[in-house]
Amino acid sequence: MPIQYYIFLCLTLFSIGVIGVLTRRNAIIVFMCIELMLNAVNLLLVAFSKMYHGAALQVSPASTAGIDAQIFVFFIMVVAAAEVSVGLAIIVMMFRNTHSVDINFLNRLKN
Amino acid sequence: MNTLEILFYALSAFAVVSAIMVLVSKNPIHSVLWLILVFFAISGHYILLNAQFLAIVNIIVYAGAIMVLFLFVIMLMNVKSDNEPQKKLLVKFIGVLSGGSLLTLLIALVKQTVQLEGKQVLMKEGTIGLIHPLGKALFSDYVVPFEISSVLFLSAMVGAVIIGKK
Repeated sequence: MPIQYYIFLCLTLFSIGVIGVLTRRNAIIVFMCIELMLNAVNLLLVAFSKMYHGAALQVSPASTAGIDAQIFVFFIMVVAAAEVSVGLAIIVMMFRNTHSVDINFLNRLKN
Repeated sequence: MNTLEILFYALSAFAVVSAIMVLVSKNPIHSVLWLILVFFAISGHYILLNAQFLAIVNIIVYAGAIMVLFLFVIMLMNVKSDNEPQKKLLVKFIGVLSGGSLLTLLIALVKQTVQLEGKQVLMKEGTIGLIHPLGKALFSDYVVPFEISSVLFLSAMVGAVIIGKK
């Protein structure tokens, strides 16, 4: 499978996430779209790692080139889990103060 | 067209349609369920790429833990879908337009890139995605970041508790 197909798929998923962040006002949906963008990047990293692994296998059969990207994806997942716990706590606090999850209430820094 | 290509196209279409449904559905709970389907499609892609450890971790961490947390928060808040404020139609149109132009621009750039031409992704072969080489690399070369991530988790836990108690 050519690498371009994976790039196109991941770009599509990433752009859908961008559109969601730009068009929705529910803070939880915006947060979910950010998760979608993270996952698109993860898939692209794994595809690139397999691309380099395939190229390195032709040089030496025992090569483990490309394993760094998969470790990187693992760490992205770890950081995403921590990020979600803090982010959802912030959203819950925002809901308690404003009784809404509308991000347009959060414009107090505007003026 | 062989089986791998059919699976690739089917999983890609499934992922993209589910991702669009995340945006389109009015009810936040439906959005969460569609997003879980996106994560399952991406896990299927990982299995196609023989990254089995990441496929399992993706299902356990994302579809299992994170999305359950989202569902829990949505049900805790009892957000009604009918009184959710909508953005103006013009703003929505501009958002879709800017996202679409970003996509077009990036696809045009990738199509022009000479370095990517003829590069193939190794599918269903290669052992780097299995748990044995990944564990070896994680606990030899990457053991310091691994330990630091535990500190990150501790600080995230403390932060979430402190924010939640206010």
